[in-house]
Amino acid sequence: MVPSHRANAAGPQIVEIKAKKFDFSPAEIVLKKGEPVILRLTSEDRTHGFLIKPLNVDADIAPGHPTDISLVPNTAGEYVVICDHYCGIGHGNMKMKVTVR
Amino acid sequence: MQPRLDRRSFLRVAGTSLSIGALYSVFAPLAWGAGGEIIARSLDDLNGEAPAPFSFVQLSDTHVGFNGPPDPLGTRAFENAVAVINSLKKRPELVIVTGDLTHDAESRDEHARRYRLFKEIAGKIGGATLKVVPGENDAALDGGAMFREFMGPTFYSFDHRGVHFIALDNVSSGKPAIGAEQLAWMKSDLARFPASAPIVVFAHRPLFDLKPEWEWFTTDGDEVLNALSAYENVTILYGHIHRENFHRHGSARMYAARSLIFAFPDPATTAVKKPLPFDQRAPFRNLGLRVVKGRNDDLHIEDVELTISEYSGTVGMDRMLKHGRADLVDE
Repeated sequence: MVPSHRANAAGPQIVEIKAKKFDFSPAEIVLKKGEPVILRLTSEDRTHGFLIKPLNVDADIAPGHPTDISLVPNTAGEYVVICDHYCGIGHGNMKMKVTVR
Repeated sequence: MQPRLDRRSFLRVAGTSLSIGALYSVFAPLAWGAGGEIIARSLDDLNGEAPAPFSFVQLSDTHVGFNGPPDPLGTRAFENAVAVINSLKKRPELVIVTGDLTHDAESRDEHARRYRLFKEIAGKIGGATLKVVPGENDAALDGGAMFREFMGPTFYSFDHRGVHFIALDNVSSGKPAIGAEQLAWMKSDLARFPASAPIVVFAHRPLFDLKPEWEWFTTDGDEVLNALSAYENVTILYGHIHRENFHRHGSARMYAARSLIFAFPDPATTAVKKPLPFDQRAPFRNLGLRVVKGRNDDLHIEDVELTISEYSGTVGMDRMLKHGRADLVDE
């Protein structure tokens, strides 16, 4: 179950994603093509990265400072998200999946 | 009649890479032919030093401190590489290590111990000057502080026998990036050179999008390549991917060296980034040394395989024999 809600009825859906060494939670989210969404990113330990290169999304997530990414995914597909801010020895395999359909 | 100045044939940086490293021969074929002296003098005027034949070795990803599956041999391949270098008849003048000298450790004391061990092993290389850049394991958690303490600056340049070398840091910000400050420095550093200058750039991560989903790229690598595009003779050496790769961008030729710890699979045919398993029967599979020597305008290639001997008794091997499996590990 993907934790999500809307700030108000007319506003975009807000999807919460937590990062910690060396996982994202949830490990997969599904977004609706063409529908605006806010990805609300938080870190539970140290600074992580959040990169979806094909969608030009690249953010850092510092602990104690939630990062919001506004996104309108217009192209259906499966995208790999990687942590692109080095966070320790398991960093190389810290990833999740975003599906747009 | 004055010979035509053909830069590409004048100075060739030839190289190839294998897991134990790569040996590059830089030579000037025309320097031995008619008119060679005139050309050498011309480049001497332009670059401040006339190119002269020499060779160097690239090693990468020694990951000192890593000791377990999929490679339970710890520093053995690194030590063997040093022995092979020392046994070369034609000794390299430089040994370049393209990052991840050490395997990361959460404990500062342990990481410092790993740096000391790297220096101890590398210090046994005879007669060559060591030049290094950091990998993310060395420098990404502390902004490069420990790397600078043990090894020196994370980026710099130097000249050697008419070749300009540029060491770049695309790890210590934590991101796979060079950054605006270093880019400005690099452009300023290049400004004094003519387009004909032979340039060797070395960094840890690839400067192009090799496999972004595996973090095999540098965010602003295209800006580096754009700055280098004005130059006719550019060779870029990197590591990080633990396997061989050749890529050409304009006139720049980019070579990856294999690691000295374990190999990654081909991303074109493999979905998951997972080290290739250790093979007890062939513990140095994919390891070996390819020596490239310049002989006039020809290349002579020798493949040297490592032997299987003397790998038992390490902590990692004991663990491997006990558990018999290769765990996921970071690059």
